[in-house]
Amino acid sequence: MSDPKSLYQEVILDHNRKPRNYGELAQASHKAEGHNPLCGDHLTVTLNLDGEQIAAIAFQGESCAICKASASMMTANVKGKTRQDAETLIQEFRDMATGHIDVAKQAHHLGRLTVFAGVRDLPTRVKCAILPWHTLHAALHSVADTSTESENDPMHAPIGDA
Amino acid sequence: MSARQTALQPRPAAAFDVERIRADFPILKLKPGGKPLVYLDNAASSQMPQQVIDRLVRYQTTQHANIHRAVHTLSEIATAEYEEARRKLARFINAREERELIFTSGTTEAVNLAMHGYGRKFIGAGDEIILTTLEHHSNIVPWQMLAEEKGARIRVVPINDDGELLIDEYEKLFNERTRLVGVTHVSNALGSVNPLKQMIAFARARGVPVLVDGAQAAPHMKVDVQDLDCDFYAFSGHKLCGPTGIGILYGKAALLERMQPFKGGGDMILSVTFEKTTYNVIPQKFEAGTPPIAAAIGLGAAVDYLAAIGMDAIAAHEHALLDYATAQLERMPGVRIIGTAREKAAVLSFALEGVHPHDVGTLLNQDGVAVRTGHHCAQPVMQRFKVPATSRASFAFYNTMAEVDALVAGIRNVQKVFS
Repeated sequence: MSDPKSLYQEVILDHNRKPRNYGELAQASHKAEGHNPLCGDHLTVTLNLDGEQIAAIAFQGESCAICKASASMMTANVKGKTRQDAETLIQEFRDMATGHIDVAKQAHHLGRLTVFAGVRDLPTRVKCAILPWHTLHAALHSVADTSTESENDPMHAPIGDA
Repeated sequence: MSARQTALQPRPAAAFDVERIRADFPILKLKPGGKPLVYLDNAASSQMPQQVIDRLVRYQTTQHANIHRAVHTLSEIATAEYEEARRKLARFINAREERELIFTSGTTEAVNLAMHGYGRKFIGAGDEIILTTLEHHSNIVPWQMLAEEKGARIRVVPINDDGELLIDEYEKLFNERTRLVGVTHVSNALGSVNPLKQMIAFARARGVPVLVDGAQAAPHMKVDVQDLDCDFYAFSGHKLCGPTGIGILYGKAALLERMQPFKGGGDMILSVTFEKTTYNVIPQKFEAGTPPIAAAIGLGAAVDYLAAIGMDAIAAHEHALLDYATAQLERMPGVRIIGTAREKAAVLSFALEGVHPHDVGTLLNQDGVAVRTGHHCAQPVMQRFKVPATSRASFAFYNTMAEVDALVAGIRNVQKVFS
């Protein structure tokens, strides 16, 4: 799609069509399920930590294209990174999606993940983009189940009904 | 040839000047993102004509004071206008008496009022409440709360694959413990129109009162509560070209008189001492505190506006829109219409193969087309059709055949993006 303002850029559509690291690791050291009860999106993130490094990561689930592409690009980005680097990306991605940092002006480590910057103008879609990151955060902290609506979750961001 | 096939060409109802009507709605002139607004989310909330906006301004600039209180002129005017609005609403649904109409904040509060006022007094342990799969959450959750509190039981009328209630199953659910039926007039998620007269007659013969959720019916068809013979009828102002924060619970006078108050406060009492309070008569018994006076008067103006156009003309135009849109979508590969009841009103829910409804909604929005995506506060319906959510286009009398074309073009674009 040619409109540069559109969220549905080719990279997102491509990751939606051909998600990377799709599936579930059989011997995962960490695992979490994330769901957004407002729209029915749900996904599972499994990963293997080798010391502090994310040696392997996979996701699977049912969701919209924004969520699936976000999950696919997330796994591709954090694989091989340390837990600390992944936490930094989680925070920066969330700040970008909720408009707390302007990726055009402020320093960050998001790289191509900035294709999701446009969701900040679509409040009802912010959670779609954040859900995989939210779930990765839960997996790293070994919270077995998470939800975009659980209030004691540090990633909880109240945004309108879907 | 079926009606749907003959509707492939736009056939606006005769003598219905939709362009003249559209000129009354200032918001329809908006161009969000540079594209003309195609507003197809009327089942969520409809837009307001200038006549209603002007009425709100006139009330607020020249008539506002608190009602039923002071002897000064403004208070008398405000009270008279508020009660005149109640008369207009009573005529609009053909109630026998205007005191049978209680102003509420909307359909949700109307159902909650019936639950607290009637349910908590007359429904007890082991009693049964019949609801249907088609109910909006607002006609499920209050009854679940009651069932939990009292130890009552909810029974649910199933639907078929077209989204029609199974009336045989409905009739089988009745027994000597059945105390209430709660049923929607029109499904907000599917558009199915339920056979209310038959259902109410069956309940009536067994002495069971029926509450009708009319939120999606009142904007689209002539409602006659006496002809229906329902015991309660609830609807919202903001789906009727009126303001938000106002709605109606109609109840038969004899029933309302037997009910306990819902909210306590000023205006709902005749006398108060710390030993004993005597409640006011209906409808004031149920209208504690200062009501949304401006919104009630605005809703009165809205039903005047609708009545001037004519509910039959509105229904005919909307049916033409629905038939035309249905015929278009039926021919599109990869499009599944959800809700194919024989009797439908103004709602077209659909799913696109391989595309999540949220993506459909966002992409249509980029073309200026506003639809609702999600579970429509009707999760049991979604579960029945095994979808997490749908996209829903819902029509009003100010929509046009050209807007249906814009919807169809938008759906084609979504399919192209995801091809």
